[in-house]
Amino acid sequence: MAANSTAAARPDLEAHAVIKRFGHQVAVDAVSFSVARGSFFSILGPSGCGKTTLLRMIAGFIAPDGGDIRIGGRSMAGVAPNRRPVNMVFQHLALFPMMNVAENVAFGLARRAVPRAERTRKAEAMLERVGLAGAGLKRVDELSGGQRQRVAIARSLVLEPTLLLLDEPLGALDLKLREHMKIELKQLQSAFGTTFVYITHDQSEALVLSDHVGVMNRGHFEQLGTPQELYYAPATPFVAAFVGANNRMTGKASAVHGELVDVTTDAGWRIRARRIGTIGVGAAVEAFVRPEAATIGRTSAELAPLAGQVVHAGDVESLLFDGANSAVLVREAASRFEFRIALPQTGRYADLKVGERIAFSFDPERAACFAAPPAHA
Amino acid sequence: MLEATATAAWHRRLMLGLLLAPALLWLFALIVLPHLDLALLSFREPVAPRKYVPSLAQYRTFFAEPLYWHVFMRTAILSALATALTLLIAFPVAWTIAKLARGRMGALLFVVCLIPFWVSETVRTLGWMILLRESGVLPALLVRLGLTNGPVELLYHDATILVGLVYTSLLFMVVPLVGSLESLDNSLIEAAYDLGSGGFAILRKIVIPHAAPGITAGCIVVFMLTLGNYLTPTLLGGKNSLWFTEQIYTQFITRFNWEQGAAFGFLLLALSTAMVWFGLKLSGQRFSDVMRRT
Repeated sequence: MAANSTAAARPDLEAHAVIKRFGHQVAVDAVSFSVARGSFFSILGPSGCGKTTLLRMIAGFIAPDGGDIRIGGRSMAGVAPNRRPVNMVFQHLALFPMMNVAENVAFGLARRAVPRAERTRKAEAMLERVGLAGAGLKRVDELSGGQRQRVAIARSLVLEPTLLLLDEPLGALDLKLREHMKIELKQLQSAFGTTFVYITHDQSEALVLSDHVGVMNRGHFEQLGTPQELYYAPATPFVAAFVGANNRMTGKASAVHGELVDVTTDAGWRIRARRIGTIGVGAAVEAFVRPEAATIGRTSAELAPLAGQVVHAGDVESLLFDGANSAVLVREAASRFEFRIALPQTGRYADLKVGERIAFSFDPERAACFAAPPAHA
Repeated sequence: MLEATATAAWHRRLMLGLLLAPALLWLFALIVLPHLDLALLSFREPVAPRKYVPSLAQYRTFFAEPLYWHVFMRTAILSALATALTLLIAFPVAWTIAKLARGRMGALLFVVCLIPFWVSETVRTLGWMILLRESGVLPALLVRLGLTNGPVELLYHDATILVGLVYTSLLFMVVPLVGSLESLDNSLIEAAYDLGSGGFAILRKIVIPHAAPGITAGCIVVFMLTLGNYLTPTLLGGKNSLWFTEQIYTQFITRFNWEQGAAFGFLLLALSTAMVWFGLKLSGQRFSDVMRRT
């Protein structure tokens, strides 16, 4: 029993200072993280950030140049992909077209020399669990996109891996199906309780699905945290810009009052934001305000209840109607800076007209200000 | 309106007919006609000068004379063996070109396979003779290395014929194999690896099933080329070669027995057709799929 409890406490995946270079380029730069048993971990980053390389190192297709990857507490150095307790769902799924659905699912079991009868039974049971009971004799190309997805997951999970890796499996699906599969993936993960490591460039997938997310950029993690932390407390300007929609303003810090900074943007607009990290007066900064952090009013009087907030004036530039996600693009009156504001879901401002003069304000506590990162070469 | 569409349809048919005409003409004049004539030849027997009667005598001779059908079987078996050897040698070559070589390296390797075909088959075969004959390069080398006491005759063995046939056929196997291996998605190989397969299981379960049409296409082409090859077995095998095409040649040219030669020709055609059919059955391939790969 004691062994069991320590096993439960031990993370399923640990990476210690994992490095991978391709020529002179460092694809993965001393990345360390750990993934708790049974959790859903996402690696989020733009293309070329090194996330695929990292995933392929975990799967064993690439050997790291430095550092160690431990799966289930065991170092994976020198362990071939077919000997790792890890399975992968490939970007384009990589179902075997020369086999039917049941043969695809039973493929890994056959490699482990599981007797045929047990193989068939397990494959059928697994297909039933993913909602594909009776589809075993179908050809792979007879399935819909969502069904193929489920076969790919079933094919991996039937081997009861410690870790399931998913390489942007939703990328090839159309929007409607992608939304549906997101929910299905999350349900599958909680039903099976397997640890999922998911890589994506789609921040919405990462936020919806994950327990923890690592935001990756230029080969290292910018921030590791829960989706809420990433969204409400971004640690770096990159995370603030990459995760969720944000209004980004560059400028200089004109004054620092404790936790708050007065920023004069490049366009000459003066705003106030919460300081993250140390910022000196006169330093170059980047400030971020989420569209939903701003409140809109027809007149400044309407915004009176929000005492203490600076009220700005602006002209409606365009209306972006998208149901509950509707927003309005406003040009700040003096600086002509384009600022995005989410419209309240009550539909109260649905009748705004382009060119209309409005008032808006935002809570400086919900605006983030970072020292501008040094320019990249 | 209706007339216009009818005229347009007629025009389309005329165009199609004109475009196909050269191919159809070629097929008819150079393949169908001669074969019809040969078929007629093979089913007759001379009874007096310029007098012929329809008969099965030519085919009866083939079965009655052990030399003929021994040579026939020998040609079939050696051809099948040469095809198998070519496949074994060509597969790693094709794999290297299709999967391992990057960028221009693949094209370069392909050219290396092609280069021997820039010289004629006769010259290539004579090259082998220079290398292998008793006073040639290889026996001299063996003596110098102390492996043999005196120079050995390396020509005029069945193995020599096989070497020559495999060498001549290699490219015709490599081309369809490269085509079918290139179309194999690498992620399928990785997926199989990830699901616990070793190299052999990946080859057996993923690569070969995917490449099967290409493999079959290459085997059919090589088998037919080998079966119908005259030059290589004759030059490298000498008098011992006993290749069936030689028998046909002898009947037509030396003995001037066109009737017998025509019958032999048809037997060879029947053999290659039967072997192709058997090969397709054995590998579970459809002829149309395979032909798209050649």
